[in-house]
Amino acid sequence: MKDSPSTITDVPNAIRLINLVKNFGVVQAVAGVNLDIVNGEFFAMLGPSGSGKTTVLRLIAGFETQDSGAVEIDGINVSNVPPFKRDVNTVFQNYALFPHMNIIENVEYGLKVKGINKNERRERAVAALERVQLRGYEKRTPSQLSGGQQQRVALARALVNEPKVLLLDEPLGALDLKLRREMQVELKELQQQIGITFVFVTHDQEEALTMANRIAVFNHGKIEQVGTPQEVYEKPSSDFVAGFVGISNLLHEKASEQILGKKGIFSIRPEKIRFGHGGDRKTSGLVKEIAFLGSFTRFSVELAHGDRLVLLKENDGSSEIDSTVGALVQISWNSKYEFQVE
Amino acid sequence: MHLSKSARYVLALLTSITLLFIYVPLLVVVINSFNPSKTFSWPPSSLSTLWWSKAFHNEGVISALMTSIKAGVGASVIALLLGSGLAFAVARYEFFGKETISLLVVLPIALPGIITGIALNSAFRIILQPFGVGLGLFTVIIGHATFCIVIVYNNLLARLRRVGSTLEEASGDLGADTWQTFRYVTFPTIRSSLVAGALLAFALSFDEIVVTTFTSGAEIETLPQWIFNNLFRPNQAPIVNVVAAVLIIGFALPVWLSQRLSQGAPAGGRI
Repeated sequence: MKDSPSTITDVPNAIRLINLVKNFGVVQAVAGVNLDIVNGEFFAMLGPSGSGKTTVLRLIAGFETQDSGAVEIDGINVSNVPPFKRDVNTVFQNYALFPHMNIIENVEYGLKVKGINKNERRERAVAALERVQLRGYEKRTPSQLSGGQQQRVALARALVNEPKVLLLDEPLGALDLKLRREMQVELKELQQQIGITFVFVTHDQEEALTMANRIAVFNHGKIEQVGTPQEVYEKPSSDFVAGFVGISNLLHEKASEQILGKKGIFSIRPEKIRFGHGGDRKTSGLVKEIAFLGSFTRFSVELAHGDRLVLLKENDGSSEIDSTVGALVQISWNSKYEFQVE
Repeated sequence: MHLSKSARYVLALLTSITLLFIYVPLLVVVINSFNPSKTFSWPPSSLSTLWWSKAFHNEGVISALMTSIKAGVGASVIALLLGSGLAFAVARYEFFGKETISLLVVLPIALPGIITGIALNSAFRIILQPFGVGLGLFTVIIGHATFCIVIVYNNLLARLRRVGSTLEEASGDLGADTWQTFRYVTFPTIRSSLVAGALLAFALSFDEIVVTTFTSGAEIETLPQWIFNNLFRPNQAPIVNVVAAVLIIGFALPVWLSQRLSQGAPAGGRI
């Protein structure tokens, strides 16, 4: 694995998962996961639903017990430690705010059950609310807040405990697009300010690419690839990762052999392909679809062997290509942007 | 939903008739409790509180009322303990035979009271009597508990399923141990359904007569039994009216309360 600073310094990893396995009946939800999450990282677990990412999060939190393998938090094996003794806190998908308590009581809860005196916990809870910009909402009940505000309360309620790691389960899933974008930026800033390790689960590849320092891509209970957003995007290690993260253009055996002169399946990102003869790989095809996307236009070009390549053309006014559906076009790309996925 | 004018009139009429059917007899009983005539001549020639003062000095009534309250409280407490334990097990854990247990718990409410009564009567005599425990308040409480458990169980199960376990997970995640989670999160969210279940269970026990007849023996008499035995005695019949009037008022309040608390959750009722 690429970077695992624990081997360089003596600081233990925030999270270490060793051969983690979890079955639900006959379904293997987690099928042997090994993962190191470094202190202070903003880490994303990305994958389609049913890929095991949420189960891994629940195993870290302690809501589920692994069938085999181990979970380490801050260098300590917590595999058989109940949730309330683990130094992690969770922001739940539906927030799970206590409906019978007001906002300040919700935020204070973790401190209260740990026996911290009333003055101190009130002070810390108010500070946590301040951090998420919810001062003045102390006496409201959760049902009186909007989804975005409830999300912030859930964040404050978790962060007030100053956990080693903050776990976020699809934290922005219930918010509308605009609010989600705002919260992405806010979460990222918040994480940088306080420096706590964030581990968040998402099925939204854009969210993972935007927010995370590193991403683990899950499929069928296993991790397909771990890497920085750039690595995962530019050098996907498998067909699945190439398809799941971003749009992928796949060249299957025949096309690869003819155009690239290589055997195997290759992938090229849409924005790397151009009309004309600019690159060292050249081929031609029929325009099958044109979609105007505002700042971009998306072209779908079918090659001789049936593979379809998607191209993105910026609508910057410089375009001389004025294709219509059914036109024969020349396309090209630079061979350094193609990568083998199988 | 949009209804035509005539449909609305018909519905209003039917509703009124239904309500009249239910409440006119109750009203007659209340009025008759103030009727000084022993034979309930109608309409009452005058109103008097004669029977009310007699009722409050009638030892039979008072002792029957106390017996009923004791039986109701006893059965409700047992139902609360066992019914809520079962509801938690069924709602929160997976175990072998869960569906069967669920069915077996609910069954007694559907069984005719007379069957439950006969079965309990034989069982008590075969099992308890050799140990010197005869039929009495204790056996009545156990008899009533068999169907009161269902009420608590159903009420709480519906609540637990609706609330889910995420809040409890959140509490544990924030550092609360099992007891703290129960005290601060679980109990406050189920409290109202426990109260509603207990109130309904008490009401069911209070008016039970069939099972009671088979389990009470000769020593004790619950209020419904007393009413049944005295309804046709000329000197006691007017007092029955007073008792009925008191009960109507005494029960309207808790039933209304329990309905508000259970917020539409199914109660599962035998009336």
